[in-house]
Amino acid sequence: MTRMIPSAALAAALSTLASGAFAQEASLVYLVDNSPDTVAVAEALAAAYMEQHPEVSIEVEQRPGGAEGDNIIKTRLATGEMADVFLYNAGSLFQALNPTQTLEPLDDLPAMTGVLDGFKPVVTGSDGKVYGVPAQAAMGGGILYNIPIYEELGLSVPTTWEEFAANNEKIKAAGRVPVAQTYGETWTSQLFMLADYFNVQAEVPDFAERYTANQAKYADTPAAMRGFEHLQEGFDKGWWNEDFGAATYDDGLRMVAEGEAAHYPMLTFSIGAIQQTYPESLENVGFFAQPGPEGAPNGLTVWYLSAIYVPKGGEHTDIAKDFVNFAGSPEACQVILDTIGATGPFLIEGCELPADVPRAVADMLPYFEGEGRTAPALEFLSPIKGPALEQITVEVGSGIRSAAEAAALYDQDVVKQAQQLGLEGW
Amino acid sequence: MAAGVGLSSADVRLQGRAPGRTRRRSPYPTWFFLPAAVIYGALFLLPTVASLWFSLTRWTLFEAEFIGFENFRQFFREPFLVQGVVNTLIYGALTSGLKTVLGLLLAVLLTGNILFRGTLRTLVFFPVLVSTIGVGFAFEAMMHPTKGVINVALEAVGIDGPGWITNPSLALVSVALVDVWKGVGLATVIFMAGIVSIPADYYEAARIDGATRWQLFWRVTVPLVRPATVTVVTLSLIGGLRYFELIWAMTGGGPGFSSDVIASVIYKQYQAGFYGLATAGNVILFGIIALVVLPLTWWFNRREVDL
Repeated sequence: MTRMIPSAALAAALSTLASGAFAQEASLVYLVDNSPDTVAVAEALAAAYMEQHPEVSIEVEQRPGGAEGDNIIKTRLATGEMADVFLYNAGSLFQALNPTQTLEPLDDLPAMTGVLDGFKPVVTGSDGKVYGVPAQAAMGGGILYNIPIYEELGLSVPTTWEEFAANNEKIKAAGRVPVAQTYGETWTSQLFMLADYFNVQAEVPDFAERYTANQAKYADTPAAMRGFEHLQEGFDKGWWNEDFGAATYDDGLRMVAEGEAAHYPMLTFSIGAIQQTYPESLENVGFFAQPGPEGAPNGLTVWYLSAIYVPKGGEHTDIAKDFVNFAGSPEACQVILDTIGATGPFLIEGCELPADVPRAVADMLPYFEGEGRTAPALEFLSPIKGPALEQITVEVGSGIRSAAEAAALYDQDVVKQAQQLGLEGW
Repeated sequence: MAAGVGLSSADVRLQGRAPGRTRRRSPYPTWFFLPAAVIYGALFLLPTVASLWFSLTRWTLFEAEFIGFENFRQFFREPFLVQGVVNTLIYGALTSGLKTVLGLLLAVLLTGNILFRGTLRTLVFFPVLVSTIGVGFAFEAMMHPTKGVINVALEAVGIDGPGWITNPSLALVSVALVDVWKGVGLATVIFMAGIVSIPADYYEAARIDGATRWQLFWRVTVPLVRPATVTVVTLSLIGGLRYFELIWAMTGGGPGFSSDVIASVIYKQYQAGFYGLATAGNVILFGIIALVVLPLTWWFNRREVDL
């Protein structure tokens, strides 16, 4: 810990120096997705920055998330209409932005020295330069669970899929909904499949590499197909809530927070949303990694979800970079903590979590402390992610398509993405 | 080039209006057509040619690489496309058919002597004026399987309502029905204009010959309202085949791919950043609409001559 303090102090000193250099009036636009916690953090960061730099005004602009948002980001970048600063996914979606041509490299920012090395690869372009600063804490993909239901039925947190399935049967027998599914927002249907990646790589360590090189497929790798099979099992065994086809992400959070459902497979950034919308139920929500097969190691699939970028050719590039520098500082971590609380370990050195984190975050931290208990999700190891995955997982979870057919269909879907990116071997 | 096209079509029109005269020169100087030609060329001709070119490339918006007909091959291999084409045809036929039949019946009702005719006419036309996206979201909420007002109402009378837009075999039909509700007003207005323009003499003559009300409708109204029928069928069929907004707002093509139509498949390719592939899809959609609508109008026009 002592090692970190000088670099944080240095960063703070540099940013103070820098602030003197930009004593010019300017107004920036910061484009973020419209999820309530993202907007709240963006506005708090902008306000904190403006307080230090009264000559700069920052307006937060909202855009839809999901595929709609991807389209807006790509189109605005290509037409030169991008906001001065924007927030967007890291990993495979970042690679699809053609970063070496459209984004400003940020290696020289003082804050970059404080960004954890584990994060940098997911925002590094093909030229080896770093283009983004982490916008939020690291998050896990796994299963949120309702603690009162677990206590009431005397269940224990499962570490294998068999235990998880057995828990679900007991919950169902008690007349409760075992698992919340919310296909009214299709992206939420992917969790069982994507959060299973820790278990995939535990069994097939070189899957990502061979997958990118067109040598491994979902359909012929049993460990990889298991994610689809879990979805099919859930539908076949009637684990879902009755309105799973129309329910929304917010419905899912409400169900698991207020005990209408026992589990909700989700990313842990949703803890921030629960804190905002259902604060009185926050301590009733726990978290565990998606369980794998019997005898395999139990670990967490980690998402380095989003970063903040500066487009090339903006009017106020220097001020935009200074704002990004601020967003990557320990000061910004404190702003995030004050706004939405702790959602996971920060990706910036010198940022510490308070002692009293929400229960679900506390459940997640041990995975980060143990060696070999986390693995990045596939989309941060391979640039390939098929655009139709969320529709395919909705089909499997709705009983329209079998797991095996879905895996084969998804293998077909990613071909387009690989060809569009011009990857070798496709 | 473009100016030449504009000029010759103007010539044809003038000739048509003044038959019997020798070929008449346009009264306007050639440069007079230039502004229109420039607008037409820049906004219609150029994008059309450009889209044909981009449909042959792998296009990232930043750069385009020529790949021949690979996009078309890929689009036809698209696993959801076959279902998309079938759904498009079902959707087009269903909405067009229902709008024509219901529009005609409503027009007959609303041109008759009934109470509150003006109010009823307004009510039928009103949905046409409302935003499609707004209608889509409103019906999405109303068709919610457990909380939606439709199923709550059905439950009150003891019926277990289906998942209108979450049941894969029902979703497309549900959207089509909303589309009919929203669009039937326009068809009704066109039919009303057609019915009003039928001379009353025909009805009188038929009544003197002892025709029943049914015969009046079937033997007088339906044949004489034919031009309106042609307009309604053609417009609603073209509209139905390229329809997108309502489907996207209500189901997003889902659940899964079960209510995908060609337009939503194309849109998803754009979203994913496959710009060349999506452009190829648009060229294909253009071809399909032309294939369906051209023979139809030809057939209608021929029948009109026969009458």
